[in-house]
Amino acid sequence: MIIKSIKGKGFSAFLLSAMVSLAIFSAPAIAGKKDDKALKKATKTCQKLYPSMTQGCGLSFSRRHGNCLGCHQIQKGAQPGNVGPPLIAMKARFPSRAVLREQIWDATVKNPNSLMPPFGRHQALSESQIDKITDFIHTL
Amino acid sequence: MKTTKTTIVLAALFGLVGGMTTNALAAQQDPSVQADINAFQNYFKNKFQHLSLNDFSKGPYAMSEDKRLQFDAIMEFPPFEDLVDKGEELWKTPFRNGKTYSSCFSGSDKTLRTAYPKWNSAKGKVETLEQAIVNCRVKNGEKKIGTGKGKLAWMSAYLTGIATGEVINVIVPKGNAKALAAYEQGKKEFYAKRGQLNLSCANCHVDNPGQRIRGNTLSPALGQITHFPVWRGKWAKKKGDGFGTIQRRYGGCNKQVRAKPRKRQKAAYNNLEYFHTAMSNGMEISGTEYRE
Ligand code: HEC
Ligand code: HEC
Repeated sequence: MIIKSIKGKGFSAFLLSAMVSLAIFSAPAIAGKKDDKALKKATKTCQKLYPSMTQGCGLSFSRRHGNCLGCHQIQKGAQPGNVGPPLIAMKARFPSRAVLREQIWDATVKNPNSLMPPFGRHQALSESQIDKITDFIHTL
Repeated sequence: MKTTKTTIVLAALFGLVGGMTTNALAAQQDPSVQADINAFQNYFKNKFQHLSLNDFSKGPYAMSEDKRLQFDAIMEFPPFEDLVDKGEELWKTPFRNGKTYSSCFSGSDKTLRTAYPKWNSAKGKVETLEQAIVNCRVKNGEKKIGTGKGKLAWMSAYLTGIATGEVINVIVPKGNAKALAAYEQGKKEFYAKRGQLNLSCANCHVDNPGQRIRGNTLSPALGQITHFPVWRGKWAKKKGDGFGTIQRRYGGCNKQVRAKPRKRQKAAYNNLEYFHTAMSNGMEISGTEYRE
């Protein structure tokens, strides 16, 4: 190669810090061991953050389930993405729970090119999981 | 830029040989493809007016000052040079029959990277540089090797390194309906939503570059191929050595949206690579780079 280099000492530590977890969404949501593990972890976090909504919060935060934080800011949620709008003042913006559920079930009804996965239509989440997520999101 | 554009327009109007090619026999770009390239590049230039064309090759690191500093620091002591050296050695080692890889290609090794993927008229399909290298081995009585990582990726990385500064010029030959159909298929693959999460390449890399999915800043599709194979921290942590070809990366993005990755070096990915690379025509190869 053209440039010969000495490897910097601080380099590996620096590299490690730059390599933090990169799984954005993780693979298929047909419940497997990894899904259970991801949900358990998220639910544990939610016990502290949203003690009255642990199930809905857990399903929303888990990278292998709703992974809403992948694209939306949610109060108290860590490392949010920002391709979607922050999920705040939900009751003001979605007075009807049914309309909110519809958005989560299939976002492409409102916007065919939506980045938001059609969780219900594509069966990425079960109906009861979508109910729990809707209940949680509606409280935000 | 203005003069280049004028040349292209004139070439299209009068059927002259395009100003970008020096070889009078070289095929001319299909005008509909050139129109796509212009529109694609203008979209990104308008969206990020502070960036020059070649800046786009820095992907997520071009999207913020902070990220760029991180990248520059890592590239001061690139963690992958030993492997690129190995790639050079492999490339230059003759086959058992005494011939070399270079014997399979016309022109200088230095510019090989810039013209691939290429339309192969004899076979009636798109050929990637990686596939051409494998074909060269087979032609000379050597075994096939894998096209995602390892030896082939190192050789390919060597070729990308020596092509630094050379300009990408992928051609969909004018008047070649089969080549144009392959290009169109690649374009369709790029814009079609796929997988359980229902996302297209364009959703993330055209509609939302600079935005974040979790902690990951999305790169613009323009310039995504100028530095492949890349050495990824993520790939180095797992089995293997860190280097991966562009089609290995496609597989990763497919998995993210829970779509089944396509087979490497088959029509779907080869045509995607044809379209995806042509969109960055006119950009310089930036050499092998680090990615997260
Ligand atoms: C891949 C990115 C992505 C994921 C994951 C995602 N969304 Fe979205 N969401 C979006 C985008 C982008 C919009 C903006 C509207 C549009 O384009 O459809 C949106 C819009 C919304 C809206 C409407 C907001 C408004 O103000 O109108 C709600 C509610 C919503 N999402 C909830 C959720 C919930 C709940 C989850 C998790 C179960 C989720 N989203 C997961 C990308 C995503
Ligand atoms: C859910 C969003 C998403 C979708 C859809 C997606 N990608 Fe990506 N892609 C990413 C992220 C995140 C990265 C890592 C950061 C970056 O470079 O953008 C990435 C990285 C890449 C890279 C590496 C760029 C570099 O400089 O190393 C390429 C190439 C790429 N994607 C191509 C594609 C193609 C082609 C498709 C469609 C088959 C696709 N992506 C679909 C999110 C996505």
